[in-house]
Amino acid sequence: MNVVVCAKQIPDPAAPQSLEASNNLNRSGKLILDEADTYGVEMALQLVDAAGSGEVTVVSMGSAADVAGLRNALAMGAAKAVIVSDDALRGADALTTAKVLAAAIGRLEPDLVLAATESSDGYTGTLPVQLAELLDLPSITFAKKVTVNGATISVERQTEAGYDEVSAPLPAVVTVTAGVVEPRYASFKGIMAAKSKPVEILSVADLGLSDVVAAGTGQEVTRVVAAEARQSGEKYVDDGDGAQKIVAFLESIKVI
Amino acid sequence: MTLTSLWVLAEPSNGSLSTASLELLSAARGLASNVAAITWGDASAAAGLAGEYGASTLYSVGDLGGALPGAPVASAIARLVETHGAPDAILIPTSYDGRDVAGRLSAKLNRTVLTNVTGLADNGGLETEHPIFGGTQSAFAHFTGEAPGIVVVRAKSFAAESAAGAPAAIVEAPTGELGASGAARVVASHVEERTGPQLEDAAVVVSGGRGLGSADKYSMIEELATLLKGAAGASRAIVDAGWVPYSRQVGQTGKTVKPTVYLACAISGATQHMVGMKGSKNIVAVNKDPDAPIFQIADLGIVGDVNTVLPALIEALRQRA
Repeated sequence: MNVVVCAKQIPDPAAPQSLEASNNLNRSGKLILDEADTYGVEMALQLVDAAGSGEVTVVSMGSAADVAGLRNALAMGAAKAVIVSDDALRGADALTTAKVLAAAIGRLEPDLVLAATESSDGYTGTLPVQLAELLDLPSITFAKKVTVNGATISVERQTEAGYDEVSAPLPAVVTVTAGVVEPRYASFKGIMAAKSKPVEILSVADLGLSDVVAAGTGQEVTRVVAAEARQSGEKYVDDGDGAQKIVAFLESIKVI
Repeated sequence: MTLTSLWVLAEPSNGSLSTASLELLSAARGLASNVAAITWGDASAAAGLAGEYGASTLYSVGDLGGALPGAPVASAIARLVETHGAPDAILIPTSYDGRDVAGRLSAKLNRTVLTNVTGLADNGGLETEHPIFGGTQSAFAHFTGEAPGIVVVRAKSFAAESAAGAPAAIVEAPTGELGASGAARVVASHVEERTGPQLEDAAVVVSGGRGLGSADKYSMIEELATLLKGAAGASRAIVDAGWVPYSRQVGQTGKTVKPTVYLACAISGATQHMVGMKGSKNIVAVNKDPDAPIFQIADLGIVGDVNTVLPALIEALRQRA
């Protein structure tokens, strides 16, 4: 079975973040593979292993100046990567991104498309389902367990009250929550092998989407302002009386 | 007023409508004179509540036959836009199914979608507010294309207030032919044993983070939550680590909570987490690191080891019980 994993290279979330003059997120620093995507890569590798044949392809959109993040997914065991990179895509919204990824993924005719529930930088959280609609595929979001049996995928899907068992015929789009699998660390052998694995770089024109991208996004950030800051209160170093201080505070606000 | 018509996705929840849906209906009727709701399942049960909160019309998609809501409900809404004309915007609660509907609808209608919205205003058209960088800044955005705009709003952004309106008039909203996109089926539902209030509704939330050290220490968080008649939450780090399910996650990618008091235990205060809890009335933080960012927003900060402070707190609360 062939699995596509949507992956995104993002600015390191641990580093300070800022906006460009255009109000787009500043992505000029070092980019890393979104940790949220590592769960999908691991899940894909396990499913292909279980199926006994096929391969994992990582598909991305963004700057291809540095593809270390994608190499990381290849080092984990993905066979190849495809990245759509084009200046025309700067500031693209989720729907435009979905159109681009749908075109890139459609050519691969995968049995399954995996994605994170949302990225850790933009956290729009709609892209995988937009992608499913554009590819005319069923989608199951918020998977906490995934099994494939022949041409059917079964998913335990997170709900407010617990979880649902949901099934769909393949091909399908599934989003995985973090913690569903333990992403493997790339081995030294894997890292060496990743250096020679193919990374295909595509432009918008390669996908025949120049007009679609030129149409723009239909949304605009008009202004960004500082939010009201919350003041800190009292801080104590625990001297064996920390718990009592909390009890006294809870009493003062009448919670107990 | 430049807005005339807003539609709200009113999600069924335990025989009623979800609180987040009622919040959106409350906000919508303050922005537009004409508010309609869209629901699925038993519309006759929902019509009273939807009307009470301000909807004059309830579009009913009806029984989904076990399908996941995303595809059929989005298809029904797209058909409504075709037959009834587009509203200025369609407001959708941030939830598992709400996001599915928003994504499908966006692609079907070829309209952009604005998510993580915490504020709405009529400012020469619909203006949306989005907290960014952990809520330290707010970005304001608007739609530039054709209506309808699709807006996904975070829970607790507005108060749910009854308008004592008459029941909404039910109008059927058929899904049409779905094809492969509608093929996901719910085979079985599992309700996890839960005691105490829901995370979003609890007056007290006790959350644990990576600093707990190991998964078994989370039992202290649960016990504290029980003793305080509250709910247990978690930082993204321990959800990612698989210690607790995603449904417990508080933060940008999880739930928004605004309890009377939020007890952050061994949580450093990543911006990701802060955006989900900084609206709490009171914040208490316990952390070993005196420089942890969580102390910057805590009303009471205890610099100490959760392994000594929490057992002492549990003991003190037990003695009062």
